[in-house]
Amino acid sequence: MRRTMLYLPGNNPNMLTKGHLFGSDGIILDLEDAVAMVEKDAARILVSRYLKQGEFGNVEVTVRINGIDTEFWKKDLEAVVPMKRLDGIRAPKVDSAETVKILDEEISRLEDKYGVPQGKLKLFCLLETAKGILNAYEIATASPRIAAIIPGGEDLRADLRTERSMDGTELEWARRFVVFAGRAAGVDPLDTVFSRVTDDEGLRKETEFIKQLGFAGKSIIHPNQVRIIHDVFNPTEAEIAKAQKILAAAKEAAERGQGAVTVDGKMVDMPVVKRAEYVLVRAGLA
Amino acid sequence: MTINAVKREIPDYIEGYGKVRHYEGAFARKPEGAIAGAKLRCFNSDITDKRVSSVKEAIKASGLKSGMTVSFHHHLRNGDYVVNMVLDACAEMGIKDLTLFPTALFGVHKKVIDHIKSGVVTRIMGSVNGPIGQLVSEGGMEVPVVLRSHGGRPRAVMAGDVHIDVAFIGAPTADKYGNICGTLGKSACGSLGYAFTDADYADKVVVITDNLVDFPAAPVSIPQTKADIVVEVPSIGDPAGIVSGTTKVTRDPLRLLISRYASQLIEASPYFKDGISFQTGAGGIPLAVTAFMKEAMIRKGIKGGFGLGGITGYFVELLREGLVSKLMDVQSFDLDAVKSIGENPNHIEISADWYANPWNCGAAVNMLDVVILGATEVDTDFNANVNTEADGALLHGTGGHQDTAAGAKLTIIAQPLLRGRIPCVTDSVYNVTTPGEVIDAIVTEYGVTINPRRKDLLDAVSGVKDLPIVPIDELAARARKMSGPTDPVKTTDRIIGVVEWRDGTVIDVVRQLKK
Repeated sequence: MRRTMLYLPGNNPNMLTKGHLFGSDGIILDLEDAVAMVEKDAARILVSRYLKQGEFGNVEVTVRINGIDTEFWKKDLEAVVPMKRLDGIRAPKVDSAETVKILDEEISRLEDKYGVPQGKLKLFCLLETAKGILNAYEIATASPRIAAIIPGGEDLRADLRTERSMDGTELEWARRFVVFAGRAAGVDPLDTVFSRVTDDEGLRKETEFIKQLGFAGKSIIHPNQVRIIHDVFNPTEAEIAKAQKILAAAKEAAERGQGAVTVDGKMVDMPVVKRAEYVLVRAGLA
Repeated sequence: MTINAVKREIPDYIEGYGKVRHYEGAFARKPEGAIAGAKLRCFNSDITDKRVSSVKEAIKASGLKSGMTVSFHHHLRNGDYVVNMVLDACAEMGIKDLTLFPTALFGVHKKVIDHIKSGVVTRIMGSVNGPIGQLVSEGGMEVPVVLRSHGGRPRAVMAGDVHIDVAFIGAPTADKYGNICGTLGKSACGSLGYAFTDADYADKVVVITDNLVDFPAAPVSIPQTKADIVVEVPSIGDPAGIVSGTTKVTRDPLRLLISRYASQLIEASPYFKDGISFQTGAGGIPLAVTAFMKEAMIRKGIKGGFGLGGITGYFVELLREGLVSKLMDVQSFDLDAVKSIGENPNHIEISADWYANPWNCGAAVNMLDVVILGATEVDTDFNANVNTEADGALLHGTGGHQDTAAGAKLTIIAQPLLRGRIPCVTDSVYNVTTPGEVIDAIVTEYGVTINPRRKDLLDAVSGVKDLPIVPIDELAARARKMSGPTDPVKTTDRIIGVVEWRDGTVIDVVRQLKK
């Protein structure tokens, strides 16, 4: 599950130590926007050490590297790829399959160099330009490493020559498109951050909206956002009970060699069964 | 030397304190004899006005002399002018060698240092924090300070361990005959609970007020029958330091995480049912625990019994919403609490004796289900230290820590595993304030740690979703690993502080720091 992936500034030892305790599904040790130019080297060393020694419980651990248009990205990868506890790389400003190819080749080279199983590291692509959004499907299918695609927030707004609005109108189409591309490619569409960290109600509303669109989760920038998002994504007890009933009925029907059955007067066919299975996955029961 | 029940090596006699009665267990010592009282007094109808013209006149009329014991209450907190006012007057009058017996001291009382240096104050029995604590820790006083809990203090007075010669009671409102009210006036502080024992057992009681009203003042907290002398002054305190504004629940994610775990523990415990009583205090974590408990109570349709101790606006809200039926208030922390105790009959003012004294016919803490406490450190025996800091300096009073821990059915210490780089869970605390015998659980950002003594609790929390259970040794090892090695505190043999358990036995001593 990737309901919540929490950004942790790569230059903040306190956050790196404690960030995994807040119950998010994943953490992102950030070497890019959270770190000032003069601290890039220090943050890279710190993150690398934390990956080597730190304990992160069961969360999915990723590192956001600097963009391939910078002088840092290769050094970033070199420092983190050998670390056992790393699950994936979050790459900023991916705007084409070509960018994926460049990243993929470098990661593969480093996996070979450090004896990391080939293909172990997943790739999470941030689509932060109009071009990136339009190429979403091509990007999502450019490598078997791709685990998720994520629309940008501020960078995308800048590229669109627009500004942040309260209801996020300017990102609406990009969000829908990323969900379609991600689902078509079989990778997770993950939403961008919600930056008003004290606006709990606003976050809840936005999360309900993006869940309805089909997103699998959200990137977050504050630990207090975890619970609100999980509340929205977690199925209710009634939903769980209904899903269990549907799956039981479907199983029974299958054992009897029947195709579709009805539960509570409604027909249960394959899409309904799949949805029920997904409910139990989200509830942590499957 | 004797090794006491919490494995501390304590001398049998301490210079400046006297013969030591050693700690034998949380409930081991039973009282003997009768209650020690104040001198009898007689006021006839020829005296209908107890006022004198100044603090000095009041001191003179009280008969206060060098070598005596003076007491103060701390309801005016960091806004208090009374302690400084009285000690300054004593200094000017040439009175020396006083024993200071406050219910607590605050930063505003830093001036006491000057009076210690000049010999006006030679002994303190009560909390010493901040700069006074530092001075005492470095050997700045001839005799050790004696630290007692909120319940241990009235016990000591009633048992005759301490005799108050003159009690000075800061009164937000009073009349000329000495009726005192805490809820009215510009210096209103709400409950006057800590002053009751002093009013009852001092040989002389001086009422100092900045809001003199017509006789009889009402509502009355402490009646005229206890007051010897009344003096009006321009101001007894700074309202900004007396009460805070409305207390808000923290948004600090670490504190919220700890609070949520504590709340989950309470919810899983056998005490989370109709009538549950709790004390949570005013700190960041306790207040957030209360907020989470409120959520859980509403979710499960549970109504609480009473809330106890220092009361905040948040508790007042619970009372108004019917989530608790009563508040038992020994100290009102904010404006909402002050207002509520003045208006709502279900918000009850209680004395420190009623609140926490182990030697009466039953203190309020005995009826408590759950208490959330903090500590500077706890150890693998679950002993807690609240008196000294990691550097060995006296920094905090005991407060109600010992009393609520001993009384409550579920005592929880909730705090981060480290403060900065200082571990809060260690193999052995520097000083024992409260024994592990009465502490049931420690809650940190890593989860819940249950005292193995409480197998029932361990069973109750096992399997609770999203609630990690961490054994105490694992927690201590984690703290050690994260903090790295720390240098032991270097001290001399000289004892500068005596930590009494609430029954008057000595649970630990604090030694002078090496410079």
